Amino acid sequence: MKSAILQTATRYLLPILLLFSFFLLLRGHYYPGGGFVGGLVASIAFVLHSFANGTENTMKILRYKPLSLIPIGLGISAVSVTFPLLFGLPPMTGLWFEEPIPVIGMIGSALFFDLGVYLVVIGVVLTILFTIALND
Amino acid sequence: MLFTVLTGLITSSLLVPFGKLMKTKWSVLLPFIPVILFLFYLWHVPVVANGTNVIQHLAWVPSLGVNFDFRLDGLSLLFALLITGIGTAIFFYGRSYLKGHIYFDRFFAYLLLFMSAMLGVVLSNNILTLFVFWELTSISSFFLIGFNNDSKESRNSALTALSITGLGGFFLLAGLVLAGNIAGTFIISELFAQHDKLVNHSLYPLIIGLVFIGAFTKSAQFPFHFWLPGAMKAPTPVSAYLHSATMVKAGIYLLARFTPILGNTELWNTTLLIVGGFTMVFAAIHALFRTDLKSILAYSTISALGILTFLLGLGTTEAFIAASVFILVHALYKATLFMVTGIIDHETHTRDLTKLGGLRKVLMPVFIAAVLAALSSAGLPSTFGFIGKDLIYEATLHYHHNWAIWLTALAVITNIGLVAAGFMAGIKPFTGKLPQAFEQVHLPYKSMWIPPLILAVLGLVFGIFPGITGDYFNHQTAIAIAGENLEMELKMWHGFNTVFILSLATLATGTIVYFLNKPSEAKLRAIEQFNHISPQYIITKIGAGIKQMSAWYTNVFHNGYLRSYHIKIILFAELLLGYKLWLGGPVRIDYANLTPLSWYEFGIAAILLGAMYLIVTTRSRLTAVVSTSVIGYCICLMFVFYSAPDLAMTQFTIDTLTTVLFVLVLYKLPPFINFTSRGVPIRDAIVALGFGIIISLIALRVLYEPNSTAISDFYGENAYLLAKGKNVVNVILVDFRGMDTMFETVVLSIAALGVYSLIKLRLKSSEKE
Repeated sequence: MKSAILQTATRYLLPILLLFSFFLLLRGHYYPGGGFVGGLVASIAFVLHSFANGTENTMKILRYKPLSLIPIGLGISAVSVTFPLLFGLPPMTGLWFEEPIPVIGMIGSALFFDLGVYLVVIGVVLTILFTIALND
Repeated sequence: MLFTVLTGLITSSLLVPFGKLMKTKWSVLLPFIPVILFLFYLWHVPVVANGTNVIQHLAWVPSLGVNFDFRLDGLSLLFALLITGIGTAIFFYGRSYLKGHIYFDRFFAYLLLFMSAMLGVVLSNNILTLFVFWELTSISSFFLIGFNNDSKESRNSALTALSITGLGGFFLLAGLVLAGNIAGTFIISELFAQHDKLVNHSLYPLIIGLVFIGAFTKSAQFPFHFWLPGAMKAPTPVSAYLHSATMVKAGIYLLARFTPILGNTELWNTTLLIVGGFTMVFAAIHALFRTDLKSILAYSTISALGILTFLLGLGTTEAFIAASVFILVHALYKATLFMVTGIIDHETHTRDLTKLGGLRKVLMPVFIAAVLAALSSAGLPSTFGFIGKDLIYEATLHYHHNWAIWLTALAVITNIGLVAAGFMAGIKPFTGKLPQAFEQVHLPYKSMWIPPLILAVLGLVFGIFPGITGDYFNHQTAIAIAGENLEMELKMWHGFNTVFILSLATLATGTIVYFLNKPSEAKLRAIEQFNHISPQYIITKIGAGIKQMSAWYTNVFHNGYLRSYHIKIILFAELLLGYKLWLGGPVRIDYANLTPLSWYEFGIAAILLGAMYLIVTTRSRLTAVVSTSVIGYCICLMFVFYSAPDLAMTQFTIDTLTTVLFVLVLYKLPPFINFTSRGVPIRDAIVALGFGIIISLIALRVLYEPNSTAISDFYGENAYLLAKGKNVVNVILVDFRGMDTMFETVVLSIAALGVYSLIKLRLKSSEKE
């Protein structure tokens, strides 16, 4: 689908949507949002870009295969689950910094867990869609 | 103690990336892992010998009662020392045995995994953790037995071993959970106090039946014994490790561990006596008919395991002492004999007794090790085996029942068989004339013949100074099995009594049997004609039946057509939900409690109906897909109206992506042609209508069911207090039920990998063609 309007639009939409997806991820603990929805929104951003510019070009922007996001995401989640073990606490215990960080807000192990989910979701969705799209 | 279990697990996984390095001279580091662990447990000997139990506690999944509880008592220590000690010998031996093998690194990864699992089994103080490690031994032994994966036989026997021990594990889990629930604790050291409660419970026979199946499958007791001879397809270091000190002894460990918890009843003792007694005689006689060295050792191992089960069945103090000593005796001589067999196989490339002979001329140090082990297994005075056998006879003779004389007779017959089998495996290949073909045979690396020699010499040292091992290891082991204090003193010389005469008679008769029994192909065939009534044949048949059944099931229920899956799933749900609805009586609708309808809800309903009409009537796939997503967006709007923004967002994004996915796939499909007959749409319409009606009825029913808000109240109250989050939905996802989310992401990843590999794999094969 070659459309100058869509191509121009996605140039601006991609970063905005990605920023929005990250915003959803960060606010998830207090307001509607979270890693899962955030990941889906980010995936949609890339899918939109691939519609306008072709999947090959989107893959170029991504640099790495979306598949590689899956182990990274799972790893981050797993670490955040097992991290409390180092302090002699049972796994999945929520650990939080005392003071909020500017812009981001409260940072705790749950946020990293959500970040892992976010990355896994992007990895999974893009892997499935792009593999099918590129299969001829 | 946790670190000893983790060391193996971690190094095992490190061998995946650093495996190449281990194929070089760095592999010399590998044997030092068991050495360090062995020293660690040796260091604990004085502490445990004083009667102290070392306990370590670490929470794992505390809410389910699953924790890393480790406990080191006499029984655990003896096994831990055997696992790491014999493990050390095997690591040195295996490094030379498999030098240059392409899967050298993999072998040690499996072996380390197995060693950790075994340590976990014998150290766990929690029966659920024990079970986890128990299963891990089954799985890792599967890899070890099937190590020569290019041989079909090897793969088959690995599968048999896994099916039998895995099946047993399944029963064991049921037994353990039952016992734990009745006793109210899963901690072994707390279960000791619950003995009376468990034994008098009406489910007691079921519990011990389940535990027995677990132990008997693992320890190769009749009728589950046949996986063990099959497992001889493994490389010899594996057989030496699995069948002398570890895998098969896990079942014995389990029985010994549960003796003070579930034992000391008529049912427990009689079952063990019968199964153990039959197994030991059956296997000892079987061993004499074999011509393959490893086969002989396999059957004599089964027989030895039978003796141990039998001793635990006797249930007297003397029997426990005998068992605690015999575990060590057997581990020492059996590991030696296996390693000797491995050397013979490695150097002459045959294990056939009819072809081997005269090897003493070329393999002198190996011969010494073999003779020492064979004599210990025969129970010659001054060997450790002598003391072991004395104790067994003492236990049977002093049994408080008029069966004593018969039980002794059984033990004597078994031991005669074992004497002869030990000589066949340890002495026969070395005596007689050296065939010309073997004149060029030379000694292998030192690291191959020194470990068996050390173990064999230990058998002699312990035999001459039994006090050392008795005071330091076996005494506490026997106490742990009995669950109460007992006196014990090991002596080399018991005086000239009935036991001594029996011992000598056994030795003499065994030697005569050895000289009379010439291993030959004819005898092997003679015993093979009974194969069609053997448990192996019967169980294999049952296995084949299960396979056929699953093939039928797969063909009927998993035929690969998406539409057929859909209709089956929906029909099943309709039946189940419909039945449940019908049970609940008629549905009443309380119009007063319903929220009034608003105009935009009518609007959405109209759009929904229109979209549905389009889906059903259109001849274009694209229109159908787009209409489906319209329905999705309508539902999404409903979520917004009823203030569920999280759900709405997720529904919206998911719907968008599914449509994209659909379009991508549809793009590649051939044009739509209507093949189905007129009946099919009618059938589908009926199923769909039924489902819609049932779901609506359920929705109405829910309105007036007394609903409990306890769960949502809990989350609402605690989301901020415990998890510092204000969005309850998200807090549930990432915190309260975070483990679920974790596994869901894993499932998603697997799905993505599935799609990826399916499509990529097909591309590759088309490239090949």
